[in-house]
Amino acid sequence: MSPRVTFPNKVLPYLLLAPQLAITLVFFYWPASQALYQSMLREDPFGLSTKFVWFQNFAKVLRDPNYLNSLNVTLIFAVATAVISMGVALVLAVMADRVVRGRGVYRTLLIWPYAVAPAIAGMLWLFMFNPTMGSFAYILRATGYNWDPLLNGNQAMVLLVSAAAWKQISYNFLFFVAGLQAIPKSLIEAAAIDGAGPTKRFWTIVFPLLAPTTFFLLVINTVYAFFDTFGIVHAVTGGGPGKATETLVYKVYSDGFVNLILGDSAAQSVILMVIVIALTAVQFRYVERRVHYG
Amino acid sequence: MRVPTLLSLATALTALPLMSGSAFAVTEISWWHAMTGANNEVVETLSKEFNESQSEYKVTPVFKGTYPETLNAGIAAFRAKQPPHIIQVFDVGTGVMMAAEGAVKPVAEILSMGGATFDKSQYLPGIVAYYSKPDGTMLSFPYNSSSPILYYNKDIFTKAGLDAENPPKTWPEVFEAARKIKTSGAAACGYTSTWLTWIGLENFSAWNNLQYATHENGLASTDVELKINAEPFVKHFQTIADLAKEGVFRYGGRTSEAKQLFLSQECGIFTESSGGLGDVIKSGINYGLGQLPYYPDLQGAPQNTIPGGASLWVFGGKSDEEYKGVAAFFNFLSQTEIQSRLHQVSGYLPVTMAAFKATEESGFYEKNPGRKIPITQMMGKEPTENSRGVRLVNLPQVRDIQNEEFEKMLAGEQTAQQALDNAVKRGNEAIQQAIGN
Repeated sequence: MSPRVTFPNKVLPYLLLAPQLAITLVFFYWPASQALYQSMLREDPFGLSTKFVWFQNFAKVLRDPNYLNSLNVTLIFAVATAVISMGVALVLAVMADRVVRGRGVYRTLLIWPYAVAPAIAGMLWLFMFNPTMGSFAYILRATGYNWDPLLNGNQAMVLLVSAAAWKQISYNFLFFVAGLQAIPKSLIEAAAIDGAGPTKRFWTIVFPLLAPTTFFLLVINTVYAFFDTFGIVHAVTGGGPGKATETLVYKVYSDGFVNLILGDSAAQSVILMVIVIALTAVQFRYVERRVHYG
Repeated sequence: MRVPTLLSLATALTALPLMSGSAFAVTEISWWHAMTGANNEVVETLSKEFNESQSEYKVTPVFKGTYPETLNAGIAAFRAKQPPHIIQVFDVGTGVMMAAEGAVKPVAEILSMGGATFDKSQYLPGIVAYYSKPDGTMLSFPYNSSSPILYYNKDIFTKAGLDAENPPKTWPEVFEAARKIKTSGAAACGYTSTWLTWIGLENFSAWNNLQYATHENGLASTDVELKINAEPFVKHFQTIADLAKEGVFRYGGRTSEAKQLFLSQECGIFTESSGGLGDVIKSGINYGLGQLPYYPDLQGAPQNTIPGGASLWVFGGKSDEEYKGVAAFFNFLSQTEIQSRLHQVSGYLPVTMAAFKATEESGFYEKNPGRKIPITQMMGKEPTENSRGVRLVNLPQVRDIQNEEFEKMLAGEQTAQQALDNAVKRGNEAIQQAIGN
């Protein structure tokens, strides 16, 4: 087979690409360029007076202690969410791999939460743990523990991380199960014959061989925690108490759509865009390498 | 910014039928609003009744989401040069709209275009003052107005040995009663409140005749400084912070979340908008109503409260014919029978004096005594410089700052003095930035 497939017609390939290109242009390049332009403007909400200020908005945003705070919040949130959701998913996957009877049922049940939308996942946890109406919150308070995520920033963060991690466990579980199945049984059996216990087998054989999956999931989970958790933050804490749970994405929303400071908000979204591009680049490099050696 | 772009696209699409509509003799008037549930039905009914009452104009109501979403949709539509005729904007958005002088057309001007002469004295003074420029020009049409009042649980009062027929009138009395509720074990918490910003700062200052910010609380100029770290504010919030430590005061959240604490009978006393009455009635608890508490040692207190809720704004750049239609619709809404019905059904305040008098004559207040409280609170006295309202170009942002500082204070991380000092400092910086300095 020829390594390069060529079209006899010179126009056809462009025609075939056109719809996808049009969609990318309309839904990515156009809005992204608008955001870039807006990020260099300072104007009132109605656009009645506009001033071009070059990179002043970026300078202002990056000097703003609240922005640095929200960067910090996002990092804590992302690391905690990724570690917890991946850790729990790995334990569940290893356990599910050992189950002989009813394996399918366990897996199906464990995958279900992935179908829940972020905002709904947030509402579920809110209904359980909101101090004014949550049943679990009521039980916690009845035991004498001062559960009040409305005022205690750390508790609010715990609640957010739980909701975000819970939702992501299923996705990670799915990939870990697939990764475990790809590990040759002969390796594990050989180790067992040599006298290695289950724990030793896991740490010396299974975990290193799972590394590609783990790395892939780390990137995916970080992107998830950075960008896909707006719904959860919006539903559970709204960024409060104080600014204890205001993530970068939530700050874009509150500065742009609540406070109507469009320039700052656009500058923040451009910064976020740069972060996504960087993360995607890392992921692509990694996936390519995997294709070469896999 | 993807969302505004999509919004403007959606706006362009919704505008299409309007343009084709003008080919017929009927002039279409679009009305963007944020009313849900029973209040949405009221909007639909009113539009339908207006459309059936004449044949020249047709009002089309469009639901645009929550209050902030509706405001954002209106702003995006204006930027895309396809604004609706009428948009409902919530109280805190008033400053945003007023700062956009080139974008809106004063309602006073429009009402006189409808042929009828506009007589400001027909409208309730407290409400009209809030929606007017310093020179008295009415800028928007008050649609749904409410005012904060005191709710209390009569069963809890009886259990705590308090007089269930006489609610506490002043803040010291409220705090004392709240302590008694807690210590007697009648309920888990004594007092809670929704909207610490709107009730605890904006209405607190008007009702006690205190200055909230310079330049008549922002009514006379946009370049204002906050004054909410004065001694009476500090004293009030330090007491609340102390009560929170003892568990006598419970915090529910930044907006109306605390309502749940009152409805579940966890708290005995509650300050909340008069518009929240519907849910209290529905819950079936044995409730009583009272005036918003005040401090008797402050001069002029109680003064008057500031309206909350929303008003209808008209965008500029439309034809005279369309403005005549808007005027006709507003005149229709101002009719006494419509206003008194709105007031009695929805719990909103009536907008005109005539509607208030008609409701009074019908004996409605004798049957529902609590319903008159928000009106008398707002109309009892001629408003002063401190009580005509609060207007900041970025009030939503300033409220967020205040909420953040209150939360840190209630968590015991700072005193009331520190919280209010920080709120003033951060709020002033945000205001300066918003007005472009």
